[in-house]
Amino acid sequence: MDEVGLRLRVEQFLAAYTACLDEDRLEEWPGLFTEHCVYKIIPYENVAQNLPVALMFGDSQAMLRDRVTAHRRANLYAPHRYRHLLGPLRVRAAPGEQTIEVRANFAVYRTMLDPADYGRSELFAVGEYQDRLVWEQEQLRVLEMIVVVDTAKIPTLLVTPL
Amino acid sequence: MDIAQRDEFQPDLSSLDCTHIPYRLFIDPKVQEQEQDRLWQGPIWSYVGLEDELPEPGSFRTTTIGRAPVVVTRDLKGQLHLLLNRCAHRGAMVCRAPRGLLKTIVCPYHQWNYDLGGRLRGIPFRAGVNGRGGYPADFDLAAHSLTELRLESCQGVMFGSFSSQAPPLSDYLGAAVVEELARVFNRPLRIMGYSRQEVRSNWKLYAENTRDPYHASLLHLFHATFTSHRATAEGSTTTGPHHGHIQSFKGDDEAEASAFRRETATSEYKLADPSLMAGRPEFGRRALSVLSIFPNLVVQQIGNTLATRQIVPLEVDRFELIVTYFGYQDDDPELSAIRLKQANLIGPAGYISLEDGYAVELVQRALANRPDTQSVIEMGGRDTAPAQTLVTENALRAFWQSWGQAMGLPLRDAGAGESHG
Repeated sequence: MDEVGLRLRVEQFLAAYTACLDEDRLEEWPGLFTEHCVYKIIPYENVAQNLPVALMFGDSQAMLRDRVTAHRRANLYAPHRYRHLLGPLRVRAAPGEQTIEVRANFAVYRTMLDPADYGRSELFAVGEYQDRLVWEQEQLRVLEMIVVVDTAKIPTLLVTPL
Repeated sequence: MDIAQRDEFQPDLSSLDCTHIPYRLFIDPKVQEQEQDRLWQGPIWSYVGLEDELPEPGSFRTTTIGRAPVVVTRDLKGQLHLLLNRCAHRGAMVCRAPRGLLKTIVCPYHQWNYDLGGRLRGIPFRAGVNGRGGYPADFDLAAHSLTELRLESCQGVMFGSFSSQAPPLSDYLGAAVVEELARVFNRPLRIMGYSRQEVRSNWKLYAENTRDPYHASLLHLFHATFTSHRATAEGSTTTGPHHGHIQSFKGDDEAEASAFRRETATSEYKLADPSLMAGRPEFGRRALSVLSIFPNLVVQQIGNTLATRQIVPLEVDRFELIVTYFGYQDDDPELSAIRLKQANLIGPAGYISLEDGYAVELVQRALANRPDTQSVIEMGGRDTAPAQTLVTENALRAFWQSWGQAMGLPLRDAGAGESHG
């Protein structure tokens, strides 16, 4: 696949990824990852100091499904929705290598849907996606997604994945 | 309420009944201001960090006591100091990063230069320029140090105080808390990371939350389902005449867990990847302990996650919660990996903690314009005696005792209620 074609596929994939979260189709979200994968949301504060703790972490597709189950059935939080805005993608696929490295700035706005705050939007998190994608049956899948949030100070809580 | 009536609400209370807390204490900005003077700068000890965050000479860590900016430094001889983070000249903040390394402290505004113990060492243009200007000949550098505050550590956990009236730290904490700190902080730590969250509620609502052992099994469904944190579990809530409150739970057996799941209709709720809860026994049978130390510290051991939580009051209806995650320097890679995985349980995205921010915001919102009503804190009786049960609010009452004392309020006897512990 040529560079332009690959870039287009990566862009389509990430658009589908963010739409899945923004449209509250969380049940589809784990399926965008490979079975063995890494997903983490980590504050830049920790990255800068080489400290490993993440706010949200999973090392299997099953762990991500557990996040969704807890989101739907166990956790309590004010209902809200996200809008992801992605900056230009930086795509790097070395010839002969299986994984495609992608980096993209992001901003996520959160709009509250609870009665007390209905319709209030605010910048929820800003940062960078650091992804490694692979092909699985001609579909792109996430092998590793490190979501580095500059927004170390989380407004109240983080329950919906970024 | 008209304006005349509103003016009658002075922050001063004549006394405090620890079983009925006026909601005004969570919404009146004047109370918040009084807290800064009486409580945060009064005879109490505030958590200011862990010694292991200052690993070498020159390390510093900034934080606040209430809203006052402070900095802990380790001087070039290794000695720790707690300094007001405010230049003795014209008041600028001198240390401007959360943490780092310094040889000297230099104020960015006019370059007043301090050593790491806060002693003023040099000032630019002291003798003026070409014989003009400069400081008077009798200007005494030694009289213009950064304000040094009291700093004491217990097991490497550092506390600071503005007040010479605060008792020695070990007396303030009491023997049970010192023992609990010794249990967790038993060898050199490895700091593993931080999380921060800003919550739109009064800080005291969160302080109540951490001292309430039975909300966990009702509010945190994940907790009740997958950990031993059930109100029915064997546990205890320790309070005393001092300022720390411990709640701890033993791990329980599968039969008891199944019974709970039947009762709460969560039996079908299973983890697809159970590795999250596959911890390693580390503290005997103790599955969980949450130690709350008045006013601003929580030390938690939940399974294999170890952390301090620092409560930072911002405005009357806003606080920040800073979590410092740690393990031990001798952790093997597998144990480190367990801690990192179980970090999913706590913090702003924690399976068993994220509801707390939501719950205290729900309270704060409902309190608006209701300063004349009050909460009810009578679960487990009306006293503060230690209890061999989790279904008690004794530690909340103990929190309000500490708060009332710090604010200089006489405590009103709630009546002849007996302990139901």
